Amino acid sequence: MSDLIEDIEIRLLLEALHQRYHYDFRNYAQASIRRRLRQARDQLGFANFSALQEALLHDEAMLPRLLAYLTVQVSEMFRDPSYFRAIREKVVPHLRTFPSLKIWIAGCSTGEELYSFVILFREEGLEQRTLFYATDISQDALDAAARGIYSLDRMRTFTENHRAAGGKSSLSEYYRTAYGNAVLDQGLRDKVVFSDHSLVTDAVFGEMHLISCRNVLIYFNRDLQDRAIGLFRDSLGRKGFLGLGSKENIRFSSHADGFSDFARQDKIYQRREA
Amino acid sequence: MSSSEAPEGARLVVIGASAGALQALTQILPALPVDYPLPILIVVHIPPDRRNMLAPLFQAKCRMAVREAEDKEPGLAGVVYFAPPDYHLLVETDGTLSLSSDEEVWFSRPSIDVLFESAADAYGAGVIGIILTGANPDGASGSKAIADAGGTVLVEDPATAYASAMPLAALQACGTARAMPLAAIANCLLKECAA
Repeated sequence: MSDLIEDIEIRLLLEALHQRYHYDFRNYAQASIRRRLRQARDQLGFANFSALQEALLHDEAMLPRLLAYLTVQVSEMFRDPSYFRAIREKVVPHLRTFPSLKIWIAGCSTGEELYSFVILFREEGLEQRTLFYATDISQDALDAAARGIYSLDRMRTFTENHRAAGGKSSLSEYYRTAYGNAVLDQGLRDKVVFSDHSLVTDAVFGEMHLISCRNVLIYFNRDLQDRAIGLFRDSLGRKGFLGLGSKENIRFSSHADGFSDFARQDKIYQRREA
Repeated sequence: MSSSEAPEGARLVVIGASAGALQALTQILPALPVDYPLPILIVVHIPPDRRNMLAPLFQAKCRMAVREAEDKEPGLAGVVYFAPPDYHLLVETDGTLSLSSDEEVWFSRPSIDVLFESAADAYGAGVIGIILTGANPDGASGSKAIADAGGTVLVEDPATAYASAMPLAALQACGTARAMPLAAIANCLLKECAA
């Protein structure tokens, strides 16, 4: 069994992080958080979690260093191309009927998914009538998202994904290269609002037409997943759309009845009206 | 008829395999009965774009139910769960399955180490970990974690494995691991192994 002392230490560390800095990871799925915390402990050079906790409580500089491990998110532009193809072919025709649109990329991390949406909406002629809300709990991630700079060696995968997602332009139109990086066109941010928001502790976020939150809920335990899915339902306008990661589902949520399948294979749901 | 036995004290089986995995698993999984009393979680290294291959392939050959794991579903006895391509598979202390898209381990997502370490944390001595053929060292530190927690580690005999690097790495990292041919591994899952 997992070491009893280590279990106690992890609970205390997460409690300290919450009480001291109001970051609440207490209801994250345990197996992954334990793995990330062990990485942080080892790479930050602490003998055990109690020592890490002491440093965290007494040294504010430790907070961003620990958060970097806890909030790390790895994504790609147009990850799971069939998802973006379904957005383009099935969801966009509905969105066209609205004069203005609000889209929420929840847990946007370093922005790969956000810019995928902005480019897709530009290709479909919807960008000018849309506001994109990009939120994350990590300020460092939001800063990186706003910069929009990605290592050039990732662009090949991004380009292949974009094409497979039915891209109507060439991805190379949206970036220039500099020092081994791809620097995204600043104009892609014109309609984006970046904001610090927690799905764990913060409240409803406007009347959205589409919420995309992929591979964030897998890090939550079931109670927290339930809270987030309820929050999404309350944040969506009438018959709004919710897109999740390819292995996430709302089947185990108490809000499952609040949605209907819209594109089942691609995990796109539509708010069901009573 | 009723052969629904498993080794005493075992609560969970985890299996990791890479190059040559399909052949090796075909020697093991079809031998297990429909009512096998433990959940079986499997990581096979496959490219991220190969969607949903393994579960249907093995369902056709096996008596046990075979599925691709979904996030937060309970891991049930009598069911084989494959990690989906491009996600790590982990098991929680209450037996539910979790997925993660954390970075690759040994260039692999899913990673055998990630599954095995979570199994060691959640089930300790109740875990049977099995390392099959493969050409990289993924699974070695996970096997050690299982052994350190009092669990059992079985390794495909490197001399007869399609690729020996993964079995060798596991044997080297984990002193109590036992090497044996595939048929013996299948046998060990069905009853107490001859020590």
